[in-house]
Amino acid sequence: MKFADFISVKAIKPDLESKDKEAVIRELAASLVASGDIMEDSAESIIKAILKREELGSTGIGRGIAVPHTKHPSVEKLVGTVGVSSEGVDFNSLDGESVHLFFLLVSPPDRPGDHLRALENISRQLRDDMFCKFLKQSKSVEDIKTLLDEADNNQFGS
Amino acid sequence: MGDVSIIRKVVVPNRQGLHARPANMFVKVALQYQSQVEITRDGLKVSGKSILDVMTLAAEQGTELTIIVTGPDAETAADALVDVVKRFIEEDDEENET
Repeated sequence: MKFADFISVKAIKPDLESKDKEAVIRELAASLVASGDIMEDSAESIIKAILKREELGSTGIGRGIAVPHTKHPSVEKLVGTVGVSSEGVDFNSLDGESVHLFFLLVSPPDRPGDHLRALENISRQLRDDMFCKFLKQSKSVEDIKTLLDEADNNQFGS
Repeated sequence: MGDVSIIRKVVVPNRQGLHARPANMFVKVALQYQSQVEITRDGLKVSGKSILDVMTLAAEQGTELTIIVTGPDAETAADALVDVVKRFIEEDDEENET
């Protein structure tokens, strides 16, 4: 699976304003509502489900990366967005570091394979230090889209 | 004295596969041991001590994984890791099952 298969370009947030975990999740979810990828009347339920998932263990997986996610019956296909925080957000990460790069995912409940393949793609690309570094330095939606496209064309990772 | 290498085959038991929480659970156990831990799937080999690595396996339910543990505590580490894979089922979300 490639970024282009599940990242909604219109929902990308190059400059997250939020300073805490719940606010970041709300900001990214609102961005997916604005882009038309999730329905407004499902947003609160999706946010609650993501926060509940975080209580089971942070999706801040280390190296400044977090992958907040949930399954939700209101989506017909896997949708996701990317957010970058230059300051970093305390996300109770597994390594204690603040998080700069967010990949928020919402997947249909009956498609566990798609969720796994999205995680595979994200983690494979983020293993590459240059990809992480460029993503953190991104200043615009265009910058991020270009990077994701380059990653999709195998210019990073292995 | 050479290090012992232990190889164990496991099958991903849970419906939702090796998603983020099982990956984290596996890595946490692996990090408790001195031995090197690797996982292979269809020729792809990754470190069992890195959550990013483990998530690149994209292992769905029924996928066969080979765990290779090398080092002074390989035997106990391999036992613990096989055991943790069996417990992946505890990490699936029941409330969202369809």
